[in-house]
Amino acid sequence: MSYIEPHAHMVSRTTDDYERLAIAGCEALCEPAFWAGFDRSSADGFYDYFRQLTEYEPKRAARYGIKHFCWLCINPKEADDPGFAREVMALIPEFIGRENVLGIGEIGLNKNTHSELKIFEEHVQIALDYDLPILIHTPHLEDKLKGTKLILDSLASFSKLDRSKVIIDHVEEHTVAHVLDAGYWAGMTLYPESKCTPNRAIDILEVYGSENIWMNSACDWGVSDPMAVPKCALEMKRRKHTPEMIRKVTYDNPAKFLSQSPRFRL
Amino acid sequence: MLSKKELLDLQFIDARARLIDLAAFLDRLERHEGGDDARIRYFKEALPILLENRPDRAKAVLEKFSDHTAELSETAPFQGASGAPVS
Repeated sequence: MSYIEPHAHMVSRTTDDYERLAIAGCEALCEPAFWAGFDRSSADGFYDYFRQLTEYEPKRAARYGIKHFCWLCINPKEADDPGFAREVMALIPEFIGRENVLGIGEIGLNKNTHSELKIFEEHVQIALDYDLPILIHTPHLEDKLKGTKLILDSLASFSKLDRSKVIIDHVEEHTVAHVLDAGYWAGMTLYPESKCTPNRAIDILEVYGSENIWMNSACDWGVSDPMAVPKCALEMKRRKHTPEMIRKVTYDNPAKFLSQSPRFRL
Repeated sequence: MLSKKELLDLQFIDARARLIDLAAFLDRLERHEGGDDARIRYFKEALPILLENRPDRAKAVLEKFSDHTAELSETAPFQGASGAPVS
């Protein structure tokens, strides 16, 4: 099958993973800017990271016939120091016009702090200024419900925001309705331990429907599985979902949302 | 959609194994020395939800393990999360 991996941190993965993704049918993947597993010591670290996302990873993916796209920001885990965060954000204009940059992401909240929220809102304004889509990270585990509500409250204050150009990621059973009912897209992340298992993601599709929702592996340096999307597609098949339904959530929906960025081309 | 029997045929053994694993986890906790831990309390408070007659048990368990305060924090005490609102 052909599918789109809409959220993968390939800088943390091996070239072997690109090969496995290609064999599984991955046609395109999107890499949001995120935490490296440790805090960078200077904005220069982000300058190099943005070069890696816009120059090196597209070439590595292309060797396996996969189109590579990315999102830019300073992630919420490193956004609790506003001075540092703004140094990094000042780099974004230099990279925002590069051919594989889709928009601003993954911004959001981590521990639901004042500074995280302030930097989140400044990122939203950058996306509005450039008229680009937004990819939003919601916090982990016990912080997710509160963080999701705070993010939704904050977004509601942006009167010019087109909600159909915003995807709020890492939803689970207790947050998905908040996101979809407010008119945003929702992303489900398939993780072995935290976030959704494949079966829970399929449950969410059965209960909440398949409109404005996608699934991703969010594979990175932690406990994660780059093959999570095709494995979930297999589970959908075992649960007798139609090929059309599987195609919709693994290819058509991501393509529909991502095509709102002028740089997304399959 | 699968019938109930088809779903059981497909997933009962896996769900059974997960349930036994949970029981063994609780046994394991009791065998090991140490004081009270809020995570254990949250865990045990979530277990009765499984037996409630409702269609959204997974959502209810996630809400049990969630921080329900509304105020923003001044600073991040640490970067990760513990799985229950214990801090």
